[in-house]
Amino acid sequence: MSSSEPSGARRPRREPLYVVRGLCRRFGERAVLDGLSFDVLRGECLVVLGRSGSGKSLTLRQLNGLDPAEGGEVLFEGTDLVQLTERELYPLRRRIAMLFQSGALFDSFDVLDNVAFPIREHERAGEDEVRERVAAALDWVGLSGIEDRMPAALSGGMKKRVALARSLVLEPEVVLFDEPTAGLDPVTSADICGLIRSTRDELGTTSVVVTHDIRLATHVGDRFALLHEGRFRFLGTWEEAVRSSDTALRSFLDGQHGAAQEDIDAA
Amino acid sequence: MQRTDDRILIDLKSPLREVGAIWLLAVRGMAAMVRPPYEFRSWLHQMGHLGVSSLGVASVTTLFTGMVLALQTAYSLPELGVKYYIGSVVSKSLTRELGPVLVALIVGGRIGSGMTAELGTMKVTEQVDAMRSMAADPVRKLVVPKLAATLIMLPALTVLGNFVGIFGGLFVAVNQLNLSVGLYMNDVLQALTMEDVFNGLGKSVVFACFIAIIGCHNGLTASGGAEGVGRATTRTVVWASIMVLVSDFFLTKLFHVLI
Repeated sequence: MSSSEPSGARRPRREPLYVVRGLCRRFGERAVLDGLSFDVLRGECLVVLGRSGSGKSLTLRQLNGLDPAEGGEVLFEGTDLVQLTERELYPLRRRIAMLFQSGALFDSFDVLDNVAFPIREHERAGEDEVRERVAAALDWVGLSGIEDRMPAALSGGMKKRVALARSLVLEPEVVLFDEPTAGLDPVTSADICGLIRSTRDELGTTSVVVTHDIRLATHVGDRFALLHEGRFRFLGTWEEAVRSSDTALRSFLDGQHGAAQEDIDAA
Repeated sequence: MQRTDDRILIDLKSPLREVGAIWLLAVRGMAAMVRPPYEFRSWLHQMGHLGVSSLGVASVTTLFTGMVLALQTAYSLPELGVKYYIGSVVSKSLTRELGPVLVALIVGGRIGSGMTAELGTMKVTEQVDAMRSMAADPVRKLVVPKLAATLIMLPALTVLGNFVGIFGGLFVAVNQLNLSVGLYMNDVLQALTMEDVFNGLGKSVVFACFIAIIGCHNGLTASGGAEGVGRATTRTVVWASIMVLVSDFFLTKLFHVLI
């Protein structure tokens, strides 16, 4: 087990943007998060790995206050999200975008209205400016000219990319990715990987990616955490993960056949 | 024993929590509705979606109710000559009672379940969470337009239904019972008062509030995928109907005192 933060060549030395301490969340008798503590450093891409049902998505939802924790603190630039009301969270959520597993595009809106939603909600922009910014956001994710299509007419990968365009249209400081490649073919997954890297490298956002896709993790991550039984069993760089003898981590990594093994060998 | 006691406590708490949540949603919805910014485009869209598309079902319901009322009045007490008072019986019954209640039951079941299905699907597909994550209030964006549209359209449909029902009574009176149009309409105009109209409209506004809030609450709290949305939709139809019928009794008593 390595709950401390070991040093590593790839780890960026930056100040923490998030400081999470002793986070607890129960569902009935079951403690899904049981005293979870970690930091997210400004400008890094932290990848949270773990088995299905281990609480990865729940952890992510703590970082923008979508799911209220029962104990502990989530400090974002010193402000404890756990203590804030829904309305008090709104100014922070404008700075923290989230890409949902399903994309979560609004079914009854076309692509233009979906991507324009945050602009119209928070800024007094004219319709021409809105259209320009939507076009730029769609162009950035490689989907120009689909403004009038409905979500039902888009493929899974296109939905994710439109959702990413919607997340980025207000130029957030943090983007939370919930299983961004789930259900996508390898080629589309690679496209999404590229976009996630670009959000960090070109836009300078801090990212937290929740996934069980090792290939995605190795492509986008600066640091990696393994969520196991409500806590991080490991938090460190990929090199440290590969060298770690932690049984839960080894079991998770060894369980990822094929692509994962190639990545481990390559590392 | 301790576990059984705990179970009973949980069973008692659950409905109370539900009632509290519905009440809270009603208060938040009303507060958001009167506070700017007003999203009139969404309101109009919902009015068309919920109200205009219910014109047919509201008209058919009240048309045949008016026709049946006319027939029953004539058939039930023929020796008293009540057929000459069919106009007043039909118009009073429809305006004060049957119009608001039947329109609320039929149209309310339709639009309430539609609201639950729409919001429930948005909830289970994370669209509501996506809205929250973009710092938008789901109550203002989703509940308020539906609440406002129902509060406007249900009384409007009730007024229309009353006219159609009275026309249904006229049709039967003239064609089946050999009354003249003038006799029937004169009786209607003599009998009907503004008190009757306000009584019915007041009920209709309260019913609209119940239908919209219950429909939205069940949608926003749906969980468990498509099956969960189905259960929530059924719950809306049942509870909206029960609330319409139960509140009708108390509203009748209240309006009798007030008006």
